[in-house]
Amino acid sequence: MLGRRVYLDNAAATRLDERVLEAMKPYFFQNYAVATSEFAYSEGIEAREALDKVRNDLSNAFGASPEEFIFSSGSAESSNIAIKGVALALGKKKGTHIIISKIEDFPVLHCARALEKQGFQVTYLNVDGDGFVDIDQLRDSITDNTILVSIHHANQEIGTVQDIESIGRICQEKGVLFHTDATHSFPRVPLNVRETSVDLITVAAHTIHGPKGIGGLYVRKGTPIVKWMDGGFQEFDLRAGLENIPGAVGFAKAVELITPEETRRLQTMRDRIIDLMLAHIPHTTLNGHRWKRLPQNANITFHFVEGESITLHLDMHGFAVSTGSACFSRSLESSHVIMGIGGDHERAHGSIRFTFGRYNIIEEVDEIVVTLGEIVKDLRKISPLGKETDKKESER
Amino acid sequence: MKFPYSEKVLEHFRHPRNVGKIENADGKATEGSPACGDMVSVYIKVDPETMTISDAKFESYGCASNIATGSIITELAKGRTLDEAKKITWKEASEALGGLPKIKAHCSVLAVEGLRSAIQNYEERHGLIKEKEPTTLAVVRRRLKKVMNPLAGLDVMRTNLVRDIQIGDGVIRVEVDLPVSHQFAPAIKEEITEKLETLWDIREVIVEFAE
Repeated sequence: MLGRRVYLDNAAATRLDERVLEAMKPYFFQNYAVATSEFAYSEGIEAREALDKVRNDLSNAFGASPEEFIFSSGSAESSNIAIKGVALALGKKKGTHIIISKIEDFPVLHCARALEKQGFQVTYLNVDGDGFVDIDQLRDSITDNTILVSIHHANQEIGTVQDIESIGRICQEKGVLFHTDATHSFPRVPLNVRETSVDLITVAAHTIHGPKGIGGLYVRKGTPIVKWMDGGFQEFDLRAGLENIPGAVGFAKAVELITPEETRRLQTMRDRIIDLMLAHIPHTTLNGHRWKRLPQNANITFHFVEGESITLHLDMHGFAVSTGSACFSRSLESSHVIMGIGGDHERAHGSIRFTFGRYNIIEEVDEIVVTLGEIVKDLRKISPLGKETDKKESER
Repeated sequence: MKFPYSEKVLEHFRHPRNVGKIENADGKATEGSPACGDMVSVYIKVDPETMTISDAKFESYGCASNIATGSIITELAKGRTLDEAKKITWKEASEALGGLPKIKAHCSVLAVEGLRSAIQNYEERHGLIKEKEPTTLAVVRRRLKKVMNPLAGLDVMRTNLVRDIQIGDGVIRVEVDLPVSHQFAPAIKEEITEKLETLWDIREVIVEFAE
């Protein structure tokens, strides 16, 4: 066992960067006012200025203007504001049809299901074997009754990055709003609203070494959206609640610290883990596209063995990863993403997601490949599957 | 470090006992299926003099609780008579492991059922079924509840995949609501046949698929 822990689940949460904490600290101890108090005392003005500055920085990251970016408590809330907000604004006026992909993350997927219960119709678009949305099906699915298309920028599990330029173009041609969940791509995979036709973008800080509990939503000027989080008039009257100023400052700092050089470093680790796993461990399948994928994500199925058994053994050896196995989830359902790309329960059962972050080093890739090779070999010894006949079968 | 399982479960997970196949097993059974989740195979050797289980082994394609339960259940079974071993419950296995999380009942109960089915398999193969109840619709339905529908991850009865069952003259005819060309059709056919063909008064099992 290693003397230290190797954390490879950066899609779930990331270690906070000290520089982010330092940037946040003054807003906990020196100026703890909220921007709402700007007309009462000077601390309120300072808080307002701090919030305006980071709103400006973050909106710049998309090529948007500051009035087009609101803060929220994270990506789940951002997607709820976007989808339910548009549904409330247009449900009675324009239509009740929404289109999403069938491999969206839970905030989008469950918003759509909740709206379905309230009488909206939802089309769940198919994806191909790599996880790309069926563009023709999208074009054919849009009707006069369609108000919103919500398709993620990159997938949370298998990392595939969608062709959102094409999706945005289709939505624009058909006059339908387009929301994208960019929680796992922002800001490592560039997205600029002046180049891509997208009306709403969900982002969050927890995936980029920022604090948990802060996210944001880009809302293109003029997008019809009804506020449902009632209270005060914060965030251009789109989301009530005291401003999380330390969180917002931390979010902007986290984005500032992401560099193309670092992203390339993560991509090197991603490519190495994929190459080594597929070359050194037999009966493995890569999930998601080989190149058009998040720079920090690898997802591999180890056939004939189960994912929770793998993660538990890895944990005992000092490695933290995640799996799409039904045994791992509280709902006991296999990953809807792996099933969505045409995999069966078996493929989801043995799928492991590795996601890299700032604090990983390339040596850790080699260590986990060796350890995992042994674990998979041992688990296959006790598996009723994958004996000689099955193995030959899968090699073909 | 913190784990979601007891020390005992972890111990059996890391060092499972009685792993593997028994060649020429006297009784064997597989519960669950690879297409829909955990799967466990149980093999037993029976001493015909004493009717005790002289050896038991298992193979698991499953999570930690599935592996640990397979390990403990084969430990508990060895040396017991068939009648005693049949009565081993999930609760007993769970207690022997220092407790299993409730949410894991579904993965771990497979090993317990696997042992029971392996014993039943032995009894059926050796003409030892004492109360020879004739095979009825209820008996067939009960057995088909152990055949998984890989499309849903639930059994073929609960998911209405079985359209019709007919029993007569030692033949069971099962009609399955899937096209014969479906990718899961051969696996489902094999599983249904395996579950029903050992019934003492059945000589043939016919599985038919929809057009």
